[in-house]
Amino acid sequence: MQDMKPEDIVGAYREHTLVHFDGTRRNVLVTDIESPYPDGRLIVSRTDPAGIITHVNQSFVDMSGYSKEELIGAPHYILRHPDMPPAAFRDLWETLRRGEKWQGYVKNLRKDGGFYWVKATVIPNIRNAQVIGYTSVRRKPSRQKVAECMKLYPTLF
Amino acid sequence: MPHVFTVSPDFTPEHLSGWFIFNTWLQKALGEAFHLQLYDDFHSQRDAIKSDRIDLIYANPYDAAMLVREKGFKPLVKPEGKADEAVIAVSTERPYLQVEDLPCSIKLATTEDPDVHMMGMIMLEPADLDAASVELKVCDSYVLVAKELLKGYCDAGVFLAEAFNDLSSVIRKQLRALVNSQIQVVHHALMISPRLADHRDRLLGALLAMPENDKGKSALAALKIPRWERVDDEEMEFMIDLMDTFVT
Ligand SMILES: Cc1cc2nc3c(=O)[nH]c(=O)nc-3n(C[C@H](O)[C@H](O)[C@H](O)COP(=O)(O)O)c2cc1C
Repeated sequence: MQDMKPEDIVGAYREHTLVHFDGTRRNVLVTDIESPYPDGRLIVSRTDPAGIITHVNQSFVDMSGYSKEELIGAPHYILRHPDMPPAAFRDLWETLRRGEKWQGYVKNLRKDGGFYWVKATVIPNIRNAQVIGYTSVRRKPSRQKVAECMKLYPTLF
Repeated sequence: MPHVFTVSPDFTPEHLSGWFIFNTWLQKALGEAFHLQLYDDFHSQRDAIKSDRIDLIYANPYDAAMLVREKGFKPLVKPEGKADEAVIAVSTERPYLQVEDLPCSIKLATTEDPDVHMMGMIMLEPADLDAASVELKVCDSYVLVAKELLKGYCDAGVFLAEAFNDLSSVIRKQLRALVNSQIQVVHHALMISPRLADHRDRLLGALLAMPENDKGKSALAALKIPRWERVDDEEMEFMIDLMDTFVT
């Protein structure tokens, strides 16, 4: 996974180094610019069982700032924001491995360094009793719930 | 015994004549007897599905999960370019311009259409509204939902987008849409039971060829559908997974 490039960033940014579950290190550039969630839309993606993106809808492309070509085949941590506590994703994967549905509020990182909050629901895709991948459907979150997460998440590191 | 064909009970009576014409077309196309069985509500239709009394159904997306995953139905087709979308609207007398302006507990006019209601509830979430803070007034039609708003009995209403746009202009002018869903992948579909599995390919071929012959063309016209589009198994599974994320 490539580091984020200063020329892609809009606005003043800070630099962070993320170390992903597979050992990949990635420099990410983060601004304080929030993109509002588009009304009435769902942001949808699917992954294979390892978390590699296999499908995105147009709203996903629009909100993430990446092209479809950049997204398909990339690990889903391409959207990982350094403000998201690792515990949230540990819980996500443990829940999915039990074959259950996970729901949570997620702050995602855009290609331009900005962020957007979503309420995400992730479910295993079961076909002929086999997990063939996962689907995540995001919707516009309640502002109150986002405000609660903004207080809670920094305490989970 | 004829096979039993049924359509989702979310159709207004003026649409039903089209389904009777379609049923006639169906019998000729397959050379098999079908009886069009209508149900007054979703509960009685689901009972019929559960007790294996249905052979072919034009199904609401909400029921697709049960049909496919519990009853082994297979998808055939969907109407081209026609997805189910929801609209949240209020009376223009109310000051609300977006969903977030709604008060923290509301009276909501809705219908029994399960998919539209579910999409509507999702669009209320950004305002911190959920089943606990919403009092429902379940109406028999979208015109009645509109009336609840105009009379000031309800704060907001959930509409099927198509029905909202079909309201008379007099009513429409007194309503303000706060949000329109743009989900695009939730749709009704014609589905066939495992008992008729042997007929699936032949029926699919006949459905897709409808625009090419006079009888097919007039049946489509009666349904106000330009043509059918094929739905394969994975597209249907994807829609079911997506709908599953709406259910808490
Ligand atoms: C279907 C699906 C969708 C996901 N969507 C996101 C997402 O939008 N943002 C995100 O940061 N992680 C998402 N994840 C979790 C990532 O796979 C990953 O666990 C997370 O970004 C943390 O990665 P890391 O611990 O390797 O840094 C998703 C996982 C799945 C299975």
